[in-house]
Amino acid sequence: MSYLKPTLHHPKLPTNALGLTRRDYEGSISTLCAGCGHDSISAAIVQAVWELSIPPHRVAKLSGIGCSSKTPDYFLGASHGFNSVHGRMPSVLTGANLANRELIYLGVSGDGDSASIGLGQFAHLMRRGVNMTYIVENNGVYGLTKGQFSATSDKGSKAKKGAVNTDEPIDLVALALELGATYVARSFSGDKDQLVPLIKGALTHQGVAFIDCISPCVAFNNHEGSTKSYDYVREHNEAVNRLDVFFDRTPITASYAPGEVTEVTQHDGSLLRMRKLHEDHDPTDRVAALNYLARHKAMGEIVTGLLYIDPHPEDLHDHLGTVATPLNRLDDAALCPGSAALEKINAALR
Amino acid sequence: MRPTDLTTPTHFHKVVDCQWACPAHTPVPEYIRLIAAGRYTDAYMINWHSNVFPGILGRTCDRPCEPACRRGRVEEEPVAICRLKRVAADNKEEVLSRMPPVPALKNGKRIACVGAGPASLTVARDLALLGYEVHVYDAEARGGGFMWTQIPRFRLPESVIEEEVGYITGRGGVVTHYNHRVQSLKALLDEGFDAVFVGCGAPRGRELDVPGRQEAAANIHIGIEWLAKVSFGHVERVGKRVIVLGGGNTAMDCCRSARRLGGEDVKVIVRSGFEEMKASPWEKEDAMREGIPILNYLVPKRVLHENGRLTGMVFEKVKAEYDAKGRRNLVPTGEPDVTYDCDDVLVAIGQENAFPWIERDIGLEFDRWGLPKLDPVTLQSTLPNVFFGGDAAFGPKNIIWAVAHGHEAAVSIDLHCRGEDVRDRPDPHVRMASQKMGIHEWSYDNDVSIDLRYKVPHVEERLALRDIRVEVELGYDRELAYKEAQRCLNCDVQTVFNAKLCIECDGCVDICPTDCITFTENGEEDDLRTRLKAPAINRSQDLYVADGLKTGRVMVKDEDVCLHCGLCAERCPTGAWDMQKFYLETAKTYANGARACRS
Ligand SMILES: Cc1cc2nc3c(=O)[nH]c(=O)nc-3n(C[C@H](O)[C@H](O)[C@H](O)COP(=O)(O)OP(=O)(O)OC[C@H]3O[C@@H](n4cnc5c(N)ncnc54)[C@H](O)[C@@H]3O)c2cc1C
Ligand SMILES: Cc1ncc(C[n+]2csc(CCOP(=O)(O)OP(=O)(O)O)c2C)c(N)n1
Ligand code: SF4
Ligand code: SF4
Ligand code: SF4
Ligand SMILES: [Mg+2]
Repeated sequence: MSYLKPTLHHPKLPTNALGLTRRDYEGSISTLCAGCGHDSISAAIVQAVWELSIPPHRVAKLSGIGCSSKTPDYFLGASHGFNSVHGRMPSVLTGANLANRELIYLGVSGDGDSASIGLGQFAHLMRRGVNMTYIVENNGVYGLTKGQFSATSDKGSKAKKGAVNTDEPIDLVALALELGATYVARSFSGDKDQLVPLIKGALTHQGVAFIDCISPCVAFNNHEGSTKSYDYVREHNEAVNRLDVFFDRTPITASYAPGEVTEVTQHDGSLLRMRKLHEDHDPTDRVAALNYLARHKAMGEIVTGLLYIDPHPEDLHDHLGTVATPLNRLDDAALCPGSAALEKINAALR
Repeated sequence: MRPTDLTTPTHFHKVVDCQWACPAHTPVPEYIRLIAAGRYTDAYMINWHSNVFPGILGRTCDRPCEPACRRGRVEEEPVAICRLKRVAADNKEEVLSRMPPVPALKNGKRIACVGAGPASLTVARDLALLGYEVHVYDAEARGGGFMWTQIPRFRLPESVIEEEVGYITGRGGVVTHYNHRVQSLKALLDEGFDAVFVGCGAPRGRELDVPGRQEAAANIHIGIEWLAKVSFGHVERVGKRVIVLGGGNTAMDCCRSARRLGGEDVKVIVRSGFEEMKASPWEKEDAMREGIPILNYLVPKRVLHENGRLTGMVFEKVKAEYDAKGRRNLVPTGEPDVTYDCDDVLVAIGQENAFPWIERDIGLEFDRWGLPKLDPVTLQSTLPNVFFGGDAAFGPKNIIWAVAHGHEAAVSIDLHCRGEDVRDRPDPHVRMASQKMGIHEWSYDNDVSIDLRYKVPHVEERLALRDIRVEVELGYDRELAYKEAQRCLNCDVQTVFNAKLCIECDGCVDICPTDCITFTENGEEDDLRTRLKAPAINRSQDLYVADGLKTGRVMVKDEDVCLHCGLCAERCPTGAWDMQKFYLETAKTYANGARACRS
C-alpha cells in the first residue's frame, strides 16, 4: 500500500498565476475505499482552487464526521482545516467566518452529516447566508458506519443486502432553495467537466453557495437497485446547463448558439456563463427553479447544473453589520471597549 | 483510434524503453531489481544470456538505453543502466556452473568465424551451446577483437576481457585459431564448413590528406593503429605536445592514452562544432577532466616540419552555415590561420571497412560503398552460407550492436544448417505475470525514489595519469548501487487494463501522479493526443487505447511518463488495472524459442 504519492510529476504540468502546479494543491493520499466518489470530488476541488489561483493558505476547510468529512485531509494540504463534530460543521464554520471574514470558507459534509444528524445546523446556516461554499458529498448512506440509509436515500432504493428504504428522502437542493441559499447547484462526482466550474463559481460567490454532489459509495451503495450508483446516476442525469467561469469579458465564441447563454456577473467581477441545455429553465428565478426541480423529479430525472444564482447576495456580516477587520487583527481597545460602551448598548436595548 | 493490439508483445515491449532501445534487448529492469536485492549473480546471468559481455559492456557500452530511459523524461538524468551492469559483474559469485553446458554430443556441423571480436564470439557461444563445432580465426594473438586491441586498459582491464572471452572459448565446442589471418574466403569455404560468419570488423583508419603528411610521417600516427600498438606494449611513450585530430570516441581514447604516455600538452582538434562531435558526452567529459582541451571549428590545412621532423600544424578557422535545406556547411571565417606546435599527431578521423581477403568472383556481392549486400534481418550475404555481423556488416558501430548481430546470425546459421527458411525467425520468449500479492501489495518495490543520479567514483587523478593500466572508474559500491537501482521505475511492470471490470469512477485518473490516464470520447490519434488530461506531445511514445466501457468512451493512457508506481491499480475498486510484469527474451539458438527445443 502506498502512503505517499510520488512528487515526480508530468514535465509539462502547467502553473497558475501564482506559479503553483495543481500538484501543489493536493493533500495526503486518500485512505477512502478505492473508487469512492468522494475522491473525485477532492480532485475537482484541487482543480478548481488551482484554476482560480487561490493561495492555499487563504482557504479554511471545515467538515463534520463521515467518509466525506474525512476528505479535507486529501486536498489543499497547505490550507487551514477543522474536522469538527458530527453534523456540527455549520456552526463551527459560522463562528470562524464571524471571527475572520477574509478567509475563503469551504465546508465539506455528507448526506448523513448534513441531512440526518446535522439537518438543523444545515438549515440555519442557509437561512443566515454565511459566505461559504457548502459541498455535500451525497451517497445516500452512512458510508463510514457501513452503509445504513441516510436521509437523502430515495424511497424504494435498495440496500446492498436487499432492504428497501420506505422513508421519503430529503432533497437538500430544494431545501437550500427554500431557505434562501443564493447559489444552488447539483452535480455528480463522475462528471468533473461539470463539477469543477460549479465549484469555481461557488468559491467566487459572495454568499452561501450550496452544491449537492452525488458521489457513489462503492462499498455500500453502488449495486443494482440503488439510486446513487454510478450506473443509475449516469442513466438519469439531466444537466440543465453547462457553466463556465471567466474573469474577463471573453467574447462569446461560436461554440455557443445565440440565445442559449445566460450570463451573470458576480460581485467579485467573475462572470458566470451558462450554456442552456433545457429551454424552460431560468437560473435566476428562485421560484421557477423550485418548480422546475419538482417537475423533473416527478419524471424520475436527476437534475444537475447551476440551478439558481442570485448575483447580488447578502451575507451574515451584511445582516449583522459586523466590523470588516478580522478579530485577530483588532487591538484590545477595539475588542473590549470598556464598561461605558457596554452601558451604552444596554441602554439602547432597554 | 483502434484499441491497442495486445496479442503481440510490441506495445508492452516499447514501454520498457531501455530494453526496446538495447540492440540485444537486455531485460534491464529485471536485472536492476536483482541488483537492488543483492542478487548479483542472477543479475549477471540475465545479462550474460542477452549481451554476452556484462563486465566489458558494464564499462564500455555505448548505452543506447540511457538516452531512451523513461527516468530521463521525468527528472534530469536516466538511470545509470550501464554502470549497474558492471556492479553485477563486479559482485557476482561463481557463474560457470550456471551457464548452460556445452553438449558433449556434437551435431556434426562445423562453422568458421573470421575475427574474434564480439560479433564472432557471440556466434560461437550461441552455436557451441547447441552442439556446433565452431572455429574462430583471428590475426591477433588473443580473442576479443577491438575490445582488446583498441579500448584502452584504463577503461577496460585485461582481466575482464580474459574472463568473459574465456566463458566462450574455454568451455569446449569452440576451437580458436589465433595468429591466423584468413587470406582467402574461397579457401576457407573449400575447407567444407557448413557456414562462415564474417566478423572481421572495420579495421582501416581513415588517412589524413594534407601537405606535409608524408614528410612528417614518423610522428603522424593513424589512431587505431597507434592504440593497438599501445595495447600490445609496442608503443610506450609519446611526445610532450600532442594533437589529436577527430571528434569520435577513438579520438577520446587517443588523447587520454597520450596523457598517460608522457603527453603533457594534449589537445583534441575537431573540424565541426563541439556539440556535433560523435564522441559520447561522458567520453568528452572524461577527457576534459584530464586537462585535455577540445578546440572546435578548425580544419587541418598543413603539416609543418623541419628536416623530416614534425613541428606543428596549421588550421583554418571555419564556422557553420546552414543552407535553405537546413544542411550544415563549414565555411572559412576569413580570420588568419592558426598554428599549433606539436611533437606528435594522432589521426582519429574515421574508420573504414576493408575486405582484401574476400574474392570478388565467388558470388559474394558488395554495394557501392564497399559493404557486403546483406539481408538486414538475417544478415545473410548473397552467398547463402556466408553471414556477416558487427562492424563488418554495416560499418563501424559498437560492441552491443556486434553482439546483437551475433545472436541473429547464429539463429540464421542454425536455420540454414537445418535446411529451414532463415527468414522464418523464432518468436521471442514472453511472459506476463500479475504482481499482485494482496489488496494493495505488490511483489515489486513500487515506491518511487526521488534521488538524482549517483556519480560513479573515480580513482584519484594523480594515480590515473601515472599508469595506463590503472582503471579510472572504480564502479559503484554495493550501497551506491542499491540507491541507483532504486531510481529505476520498473517500466516492465505494466499497467494492464480490463475495460469489462471498469466502473468509470475516475479513481485512477485522480491518483495518477503524472496525469497519464484519461476517459474520453474516441477520435483520431492526432485529435485524441490533444484532448488528454496532459497533452501527449511525445509522439515516440504510444497511446494505450481500450474500448468496451459502459459509457461508450475509451480509456486512453499516454505511456510517456508513467512511473509504474501502481497507484492506479491501488485506487481501482474493481481490479480493472493490474500491474503485470512483462518479461521478454529474444530467441537464442540454444534457449527458449529455439528450433532445437520446439521441434
Ligand atoms: C578506439 C576505439 C574505441 C572503442 N570504444 C568502444 C567502446 O567503448 N564501446 C563500444 O561499444 N565500442 C567501442 N568501439 C567499437 C567497437 O570496438 C567495435 O564496434 C566492435 O569491437 C566491433 O566488433 P566486431 O566483432 O565487429 O569486430 P572487431 O572487434 O573489430 O574484431 C574484428 C577482429 O577480426 C580480426 N580480423 C580482421 N580481419 C581478419 C582476417 N582476415 N583474418 C583473421 N582475423 C581478422 C581483427 O584482428 C579483429 O580482432 C571502439 C572502437 C575503437 C576503434
Ligand atoms: C454524534 C455522533 N453520532 C453518530 C456517529 C456515527 N457516525 C459516524 S459517521 C456517520 C454517518 C456519516 O454519514 P455521511 O455524512 O453520509 O458520510 P459518508 O461516510 O457517507 O460519506 C455516523 C452516523 C458519530 N460519529 N457521532
Ligand atoms: S465506505 Fe463508501 S463512502 Fe466510505 S470510503 Fe468507502 S466507498 Fe467511500
Ligand atoms: S526507468 Fe528503469 S525500466 Fe524504465 S527505461 Fe529506465 S532503466 Fe528501463
Ligand atoms: S479506478 Fe478502476 S474502475 Fe475506476 S475508472 Fe479507473 S480503472 Fe475504472
Ligand atoms: Mg453519506
